Amino acid sequence: MTEISENNPIYLDYQATTPCDPRVVDKMIPYFYEKFGNPHSRNHAYGWTAEAAVEEARKKVAHIIGANAKDIVFTAGATESNNLALKGVAKFYGDKKNHIITCMTEHKCVLDTCRHLELEDFNITYLPVQPNGLIDLKNLEAAMTDKTSLVSIMAVNNEIGVIQPIKEIGKLCRSKGIFFHTDAAQAVGRIPLNVDEMNIDLLSISSHKIYGPKGIGALYVRRKPRVRLVPIINGGGQERGMRSGTLSPALCVGFGEACSIAEKEMFEEVSRLKKLKARFLTTLRKELKNIYINGDEEKRIPSNLNISFAYVEGEGLMMGIKNLAVSSGSACTSSSLESSYVLKAIGVESDLAHTSLRIGFGRFTTEEEMDRSAQDIIVAVQKLRAMSPLWEMAQEGIDIKSIEWAGH
Amino acid sequence: MAYSNKVIEHYENPRNVGSLEASDKQVGTGLVGAPACGDVMKLQIKVSDDGIIEEAKFKTFGCGSAIASSSLITEWLKGKSLDEAQTIKNTQVAEYLELPPVKIHCSILAEDAIKAAIKDYRIKQNS
Repeated sequence: MTEISENNPIYLDYQATTPCDPRVVDKMIPYFYEKFGNPHSRNHAYGWTAEAAVEEARKKVAHIIGANAKDIVFTAGATESNNLALKGVAKFYGDKKNHIITCMTEHKCVLDTCRHLELEDFNITYLPVQPNGLIDLKNLEAAMTDKTSLVSIMAVNNEIGVIQPIKEIGKLCRSKGIFFHTDAAQAVGRIPLNVDEMNIDLLSISSHKIYGPKGIGALYVRRKPRVRLVPIINGGGQERGMRSGTLSPALCVGFGEACSIAEKEMFEEVSRLKKLKARFLTTLRKELKNIYINGDEEKRIPSNLNISFAYVEGEGLMMGIKNLAVSSGSACTSSSLESSYVLKAIGVESDLAHTSLRIGFGRFTTEEEMDRSAQDIIVAVQKLRAMSPLWEMAQEGIDIKSIEWAGH
Repeated sequence: MAYSNKVIEHYENPRNVGSLEASDKQVGTGLVGAPACGDVMKLQIKVSDDGIIEEAKFKTFGCGSAIASSSLITEWLKGKSLDEAQTIKNTQVAEYLELPPVKIHCSILAEDAIKAAIKDYRIKQNS
């Protein structure tokens, strides 16, 4: 194995993307050259072979969420799926119903799409979340009106990994005759999902979050009761008219295989990851005081930890753990001084939000890597606390909130 | 984001980390920035009877550029008179450390810290 270094760091950013599983890549390869046909070509064997592969993949994608293959629309990824679900439903039903409910901690692609819909005179309710990151069903019910066409609530949050009460949300939406869309990009393969049992009408999936190739995803669109959409991409009418454009059989096959593996191995993988997480946290907590987990500690996927290391600034900390590829909880790296809107929404104060790391691990993370990572973090946090004026004040018993700071 | 080698060097080997006795009459303390903004610098100077900065110490909560900026100014401050110290500008810090535009505020904070420490020292002397 190559030595761990700054240029070859331990990968702990599985919520951003995952490596393609070698078994997935193996299945994809024939579809680049030997079986290169256009799956929409109806007149010859090249087309038929490609079409058969795409349809087989569609079944596998459908299977992991308990859906029928006919309900799966392939897209370029979860961002497109979310755009299609929100804009598609909003516009189709807009004459009679012009209200959509979502929540403040959704992925940017949902929030930004909603902002655009607002510019087109749709009304959007952005539900707050509780300190544990979950929405309050009572708030959801109170926000519903006879003008509400759609509720869009993510299954698992990309920053803090918390699992929303999807089944309860689905039940409530169904009872009110409101469609329910869930962005399941972070949920598929990590928690069991069943569109019928959970009354989900639309569901977005991303391939590259589940060890499949980048550039493909899917939107599940329920047929009974039927959900209708105005397409956002027009053309040859592929994907039941909901998403025109030639499909890539290689990407479809890879995505399908990724779903199949995830479905088969989820149970074992989750129990292995739970153990990794527990071991990692125990080590950190033994050596470091004043660390806080953001988001519900129980109702979360086992492969995500969002941790605030009080009195140590996140970006400075990232520099101290350069052999680890993690994501900072604060958005300081991106030209703004704003901290994460997700952490803000769960009530993490901005001084603590600036001290956060998102640590995501997964299928290929080893126990050795987690142990090494814990040690690197401990060393860096201890070093930075030793040079932190805030840590010094805290040790002297000074409440940093009692000081009048001059903002800048 | 790529940091300059100078930022990395100061981050990895910060100079003059620590604290001086804040109640000492010869010591001036500057505490600038805010936790909510992600940067807090504490700069302390110890001034000799003939008005020369003989010691400078810092503690910083912030990104690598903030730590490097404060480390750098402690080096620059030592041996300077207060009037000379007053002339240190954020642009000099930013230029030396090759800070990108989004990190200019770190150098501004460093300049503010110098001014605050000198002010604190002068208030103490005059009281």
